[in-house]
Amino acid sequence: MKLPASTPDWAALRADFPILHQLVHRQPLIYLDNGATTQKPRAVIDALVRYYERDNANVHRAIHELSYRATTAYEAARARAAQFINAASPEEIVFTRGTTEGINLVSYVFTPRLKRGDGILLTEMEHHSNLVPWQLLARRTGAQLLFVPVTGDDGLLDLARIDDLLGRNVRLFAFTHISNSLGTVNPVAELCARARRHGAVTVVDAAQSAGHLPLDVQALGCDFLAFSGHKMAGPTGIGVLFGRHELLDALEPFQGGGEMIASVQFEQSTWNKVPHKFEAGTPDIAGAVGLHAAMDYLDGIGRPAIAAHDEELARETFARLGGIPGIRLFGPPGERGGLVSFALAGAHAHDVVTFADQQGIALRGGHHCNQPLLRKLGVPATTRASFYLYNTPEEVDRLIEVIRQAAGFFGR
Amino acid sequence: MDLTELYQSVILDNNRRPRNFRKLPTANRSAAGNNPVCGDEVTVYIQVEDGRIADISFQGAGCAISQASTSVMTQRLKGKTVAEAEALFGRFKEIVTQGTPDEEDLDLSAFAGVHQFPARIKCATLGWHAALNALHGEAVTATTE
Repeated sequence: MKLPASTPDWAALRADFPILHQLVHRQPLIYLDNGATTQKPRAVIDALVRYYERDNANVHRAIHELSYRATTAYEAARARAAQFINAASPEEIVFTRGTTEGINLVSYVFTPRLKRGDGILLTEMEHHSNLVPWQLLARRTGAQLLFVPVTGDDGLLDLARIDDLLGRNVRLFAFTHISNSLGTVNPVAELCARARRHGAVTVVDAAQSAGHLPLDVQALGCDFLAFSGHKMAGPTGIGVLFGRHELLDALEPFQGGGEMIASVQFEQSTWNKVPHKFEAGTPDIAGAVGLHAAMDYLDGIGRPAIAAHDEELARETFARLGGIPGIRLFGPPGERGGLVSFALAGAHAHDVVTFADQQGIALRGGHHCNQPLLRKLGVPATTRASFYLYNTPEEVDRLIEVIRQAAGFFGR
Repeated sequence: MDLTELYQSVILDNNRRPRNFRKLPTANRSAAGNNPVCGDEVTVYIQVEDGRIADISFQGAGCAISQASTSVMTQRLKGKTVAEAEALFGRFKEIVTQGTPDEEDLDLSAFAGVHQFPARIKCATLGWHAALNALHGEAVTATTE
């Protein structure tokens, strides 16, 4: 396959990722598990090393030079994250451990604001981290969980049902931007606008989109948005929760500890201002520094170009897998995120993954933390190939070849 | 390693055409097994008479290793006592964890390649755990992780 000639030199960018240049089971590594985590460019690895070798200290609490440097670097990362998603100010950026912690934070701090009879609206395509925290919130408050249906294998939300569902006392509407198991790109701005008309607060899971697409939280009109550094070329252990300032300001804290307080007495304390109110304890300073480097790296290439590249590889894969007898493809045939999920008749996902692994190809097989959806679609597990900026058309060629071999090997 | 070492013809064949794959109306024991991480599922049905496995069957869905090993197991357990079944499981565990084939048991030895794939040992033993639970009358669902 060929990509348009006007795109960046993707093959040259591979040199930025040291991990890609190795043999796995005596074959060149083809890493197609980017939906789980992405690889890190040298710039991010160097930023982590540089921070620990030169600047490491705790933030916001000492007057010495290193603490000043660490604090400056940490807050610079916050400002960069605000710019990265066009938040109105850095105060709207809370650093977390990742998407899961961001969603848990929101679900926790909304506990006193929900009561029996209130609705929490989700979609059937949410992965466990955007499902289980809301189940816990529903259990704590007596609120009811409602779900926007997925139409079928094409993996689209049944948009016709949304206004009816939002009308059922829904206070919170949490949904994914790009489905990790289907590749569906949901119309975030439209969903947020509809939720706003019904007075519901929106929480967007941007785990699969933040490293691929340009994000503008003001244009999207969301109230909260969460993403993970490690799925966008950054380190593990760091993530971002965006929250609209007035909401963050009005909500009670998540965890208690140092950093999040203004003054502490034995019996009670007052809270620091946002976003520090939500960042108890020593944060992942190095992680924030690494995430800063990752954001710079991605924007050096250009997120629109990355999105086009990843989608092109996914569309090509989707189209060519469709030619293999006995294959079942999931997700929309049109616009999609940079991943493809499929099932092969007669070959379980884990066998396909083992088969591909022996050829050096890293795929994901299983329920992708999305058991209820796969149960609804009547498939126990799918195999997923997910792409990133360092993947190449030649790797897609090789993937198709190996999946064809697997179909022959296991097939009836 | 060569993939055909893991996926021996016995395994591929039992995966494509699982033996004793049905419900057993005469069963007086049954137990389910599942592997929550990967979604493999089996239910084993056993008819025990005078301390022996008079008949045994299974149903399930999952990877080739889990389904084939359960299929092979049903063939090997028919007619065995509980103690014999336990001993056979002991031998099978040795095969899949040590990779030491048993010259006298070619069907079970087909799973020797599994030992090179530690993540898949749980797939190979899933049906066996369910069967032993059923024989011991334990109504719990066996999980292998």
